[in-house]
Amino acid sequence: MELFLTEIANGLFLGAFFALVAVGYSMVYGILRLINFAHGDFFMVAAFVSYTILGAVAVGHAHLVWFTVIWVGLLVMFLTGLLAVLANRLIYHPMRRAALLSLMIAALGLSSVLENGVLNIPSWGSAFLTYPVTSPSNGFTIGPTHFTWFQLIIVVISGLLSLGVYLLVSRTLLGKAMRAVSEDRVAAALMGINVDLVIAVVFFIGGALAGAAAVMTGVYYGQINYLMGWTVGLEAFTAAVLGGIGNIGGAVLGGVVLGIAQSVGTGLFGAEWALVVTFVVLVLLLWLRPTGILGERVARRM
Amino acid sequence: MPRNLVADQGRRSVLSTKLPQRGAILILGVLAALVPHMTGNEYYLSVAYQAEVLICLAIGLNLVVGYCGLLDLGFAAFFAIGAYTTGLLSVDRHWTILATILPGVAIAVVCAVIIGLPTLRLRSDYLAVVTLGFGLIIQTIASNLTQTGGPTGIYGIPVLTVGSIVIQSATSFYYLFLILLVVFVFISFRVRNSRIGRAWLCIREDEDAAQAMGIKIHRYKMYAYMGGAVMGSVTGALYAPALTAISPPSFGFSESLLILMAVAIGGMGSVWGAVLGGAIVVILPEAFRQFSQARLLIFGAMLIIIMMTRPRGLFPEGAFRGTVKRLRERFNDRPPPRTLVAPPEAAVRDAPSEGP
Repeated sequence: MELFLTEIANGLFLGAFFALVAVGYSMVYGILRLINFAHGDFFMVAAFVSYTILGAVAVGHAHLVWFTVIWVGLLVMFLTGLLAVLANRLIYHPMRRAALLSLMIAALGLSSVLENGVLNIPSWGSAFLTYPVTSPSNGFTIGPTHFTWFQLIIVVISGLLSLGVYLLVSRTLLGKAMRAVSEDRVAAALMGINVDLVIAVVFFIGGALAGAAAVMTGVYYGQINYLMGWTVGLEAFTAAVLGGIGNIGGAVLGGVVLGIAQSVGTGLFGAEWALVVTFVVLVLLLWLRPTGILGERVARRM
Repeated sequence: MPRNLVADQGRRSVLSTKLPQRGAILILGVLAALVPHMTGNEYYLSVAYQAEVLICLAIGLNLVVGYCGLLDLGFAAFFAIGAYTTGLLSVDRHWTILATILPGVAIAVVCAVIIGLPTLRLRSDYLAVVTLGFGLIIQTIASNLTQTGGPTGIYGIPVLTVGSIVIQSATSFYYLFLILLVVFVFISFRVRNSRIGRAWLCIREDEDAAQAMGIKIHRYKMYAYMGGAVMGSVTGALYAPALTAISPPSFGFSESLLILMAVAIGGMGSVWGAVLGGAIVVILPEAFRQFSQARLLIFGAMLIIIMMTRPRGLFPEGAFRGTVKRLRERFNDRPPPRTLVAPPEAAVRDAPSEGP
């Protein structure tokens, strides 16, 4: 039982990462009906970029290290958002009239380009790199479980960012434009909404959240690898589907549920079965509740 | 092609509609059959039969992705099921290789049903994720169970014998997979022109319209997915003795992606496209062997460029139809006959006037 509680707590932190990446997935899906397979790799590239920047600036500023991490984190969020916008501009935008299948295959191609691009950069490569900043282990204990302050910070940051995006989508004019574009792109354009701009903003937000998740992952787990984006992307997408794709609250909830399921599954069966647990959960859920936990009905385009 | 039917009435062309295609296929077939006589090099032959294996898989996946429009990202799972069933039964239970094909197919079909039943009812982009997960699950199971040999896999798979013929050399595997490929191509064309094939194309083009026409879309999607599973597992079963040792990395996501690329590069829905795509996907990287690290980078970039410039692939369905028509017109000097459909402008201008 004690172990079980620890697993659930760990799952919650895992879920906080998934949720951030899942929100990006879910928003892009909601607006373009595109499974952006490269999204996880935006996350991975962000981890490597932040690794390099932090490696260059964090050394020798031990007392200011958290300040450094914050501004590097913000910078990386911006850069990752830019990367996502660029990918949209160069690949997805010109292909908007193509079949979704072609678009998804192009996304897979982009994913392969990013992964192998990172692999081929000499200072990055295929090894597990140790992240320049690691999280301190001091914290507090509730019952049998030890929590670190950093874990708490992760959950708070992740929650705040998701909440921010949720408010943006549900309360602002820009958010209204996003919802309009996701419902009917042509009609939205006829109402004077700048559809291209809205799509670009969605990509930017998704990328920025992935960037934030990447910096926190690096600090929390302490190592990064060029394949990390693939697994996280997969899990984040599962989380998005789990919660009800196209729905931001659903993405967060799905992330947390998946994180806990995976953490408990790992505790019961061992780490090598984590992915199997993920997908068994997904298949079961799709069988029982095809729209996801909080699912909205999304119009079909394929 | 109603227009062609009308146009062909009243003229006996030197070349019938199908003759050039059949001629080209015959020439290709003869060339393919002669490859082992042109080169005795074992390495080239092994690359050639690996290309054939990938083509077989691509033709199988083409049923699912190309004909029915379902994105399957875990096709290598069926390949793995075929190969592992053969490996396990032949090594542990000492079955002959040929006898292991059927159990492999059976397991693959059962898996296809288990995966397909809940997900084929949903939007097809969910299918993409679930099939992807299925591929990973199969690979994880293979590399974690002791029965399947774990990460080292299964080795010492016995020699494949068909009657008194021993298939062991690269040349004999080349011919074996050539035969399999021809059979798959044949099946693909026959199925395409059948009730099932037409239903698949309808579903791909417009699911709602297909349903409105009374096509049971879930059932036909299931057939497509199962058809792909059968072709994948048969190929896997025959590939196991060619490798003699199988291990999980050969059946991972990158393999699924490679097969999908073959279909996408070749032209979704086109059987010859799958054949050419499969050949390109195996032979090009061999040519780039010295840049082994950058291989997938180049590949990914190629995939993006192909999808951007030719979203339907290099050789989509009907790509050669225009060429054949032009050729036929060149060989045929006679003026085009009167047709029921509006004749082209030039024909109107050159036609003899009907009096003042």
